[in-house]
Amino acid sequence: MSIVASKAAKSAAHVHVPSSIMEGRPYGGLFFYAVFYLSFIYIPVLFLPLFSFNDSIYIAFPLKGFTTKWYGEMAASNGLIEALKNSLKVGTAVCIISTIFGVLAAKAMTRYRFPAKGPITGLIMLPFVVPGIILGIALLILTYSMGMELSLFTIAVSHVLLAVPFSMLVLISRMEGFDKNLEEASLDLGEGPWRTFWQVTFPLTLPGIVASLLLCFSVSFDEFILAFFLSGNEATLPIYIWSQLRFPSKLPSVLALGACIFVFSCVLVTFSEWLRRRGVQVKTASSV
Amino acid sequence: MANKAIAASAARAAPRPASGVSAFFLKHEWARGYTLLSPTLGVMIIAMCVPVFMLTAHSFWTQNYLTIDKTFTFANYVQFWEKEIYFKLLVKSIKISAIVTFTTVVLAYPMAYFMAFKVKKNKLVWLILITVPFWTSFLLRVFAWKIILGFNGVINSGLISLGLIQEPLEFLLYNPTAVIITLAHAWAAFVILPIYVSLEKIDRSLLEAATDLGDGPVSRFLRVTLPLSMPGVIAACLFVFIPTVGDYVTPKLVGGTEGIMIGNIIQSQFGKANNWPLGSALSIYMVFGITLCVLGFLLVARLITKGGSLKAS
Repeated sequence: MSIVASKAAKSAAHVHVPSSIMEGRPYGGLFFYAVFYLSFIYIPVLFLPLFSFNDSIYIAFPLKGFTTKWYGEMAASNGLIEALKNSLKVGTAVCIISTIFGVLAAKAMTRYRFPAKGPITGLIMLPFVVPGIILGIALLILTYSMGMELSLFTIAVSHVLLAVPFSMLVLISRMEGFDKNLEEASLDLGEGPWRTFWQVTFPLTLPGIVASLLLCFSVSFDEFILAFFLSGNEATLPIYIWSQLRFPSKLPSVLALGACIFVFSCVLVTFSEWLRRRGVQVKTASSV
Repeated sequence: MANKAIAASAARAAPRPASGVSAFFLKHEWARGYTLLSPTLGVMIIAMCVPVFMLTAHSFWTQNYLTIDKTFTFANYVQFWEKEIYFKLLVKSIKISAIVTFTTVVLAYPMAYFMAFKVKKNKLVWLILITVPFWTSFLLRVFAWKIILGFNGVINSGLISLGLIQEPLEFLLYNPTAVIITLAHAWAAFVILPIYVSLEKIDRSLLEAATDLGDGPVSRFLRVTLPLSMPGVIAACLFVFIPTVGDYVTPKLVGGTEGIMIGNIIQSQFGKANNWPLGSALSIYMVFGITLCVLGFLLVARLITKGGSLKAS
């Protein structure tokens, strides 16, 4: 998906729209449609935080009163703390590993010409479109065939698979964004490829790397479909939520947890998007 | 001064010993490219291609209680046709996904159009607003709809407390419509961006030309904007259609027995039913079904766009 996201970021920064085409009032019917559409996207999810503060075990109107006790109950649950730790562990490992793979692939894709580039890119992008259930059961079969146990490790492997394409795309758009001559200049002036990478490429790519770390972390942190097949005894947060959905009495504290996760992901993603797009703007400014 | 620097750097760069290996890498750009790419490619092959290959192998084996009989057989593939429920569920899943795809694309197009053509200020804010939801938890978005549509959920209790209905509406949850609504919401963010990008790419002078040559807004949209944005629309369709066919989370949470999809059956073969080979064969059928639909769709899309461009010329 972030192919488009990064492309979108780019075109937003570059395309200058002639004003003659911008016919029509800015607050015409389409504007109201856009507001309606955004509400359609956001409002259903906002019911999670709304009812997480409602002083009733039932998720129903009318609202009974304000309480934070569900958050207290949530924080007191041992299973949840364990799941949170597991999610943080997996997410951290996944974001670092995927970003390293992403940097390598993006550098190869943007700096070298070689045959079969298109098909190879397509292969790396495949996890975008292959239904999650296929990847999940395929990895489950592989795990058992190798005589391995299901664990956080197997979850992490599946998340790396999902995160690498995102990371590669974010980094490709970043690496295409700065002047390649800077690297060539460094090489021409006698620096080796290793020092050139650390002194030129790495600092210039840094906003993209941070964005990739954050996005890969949130991909792993929110992922359920693959983790469902690949989790052993240790659950990640989405798996924990799934296991709690069976108990109606736990629902309010699950809502509280959901609200926390939602806010956390939003902050993470907004920050990384801002970082990435800010990077693009800086680039256009400096190239002018 | 500049010459001196170049000479100096040349002097530093030149005497680098060119042993066999490094000379090879210096000479062949593709070798450097492939080397740099090999770790990533290796992981993708080990974690994706190998497992999918083993999945295929499993589909030709049979489950013998707790062990797997590795004699080659088409038994699982035959079984698919013996019980008509499998085929029916596959067709139903494809139908549901097709409806979801159509709905999301139709709803998203005006939004993407608005962002590409009408938003002048704060374009980044709009972009971030529609990008953020698709990074957030799929499970939570589905879960939210369970709360909204439930028997004692947001809609029912809301309508009752407003005095509009006496009894909760039972048709809201646990049926295919609930699955469609939930999926259409969960995937909404995925369709805007591809359409937006293709609209943004359209050369604005083409639109001016159409206006100058006497096209009104409607015919200009139909003859220029829409055909040129078709690549984005097609990409958006594939982004939504392919993954949703295999979804098992949404039907499980909001679909009930009526809203069950092929993904649920596959998942149960790897869970309670414990028949991995059959589950593998079912997933292969699913992939075939998806592939056929996608190919058919691309063919039709190509015919339509060709027809359109002929008419335009």
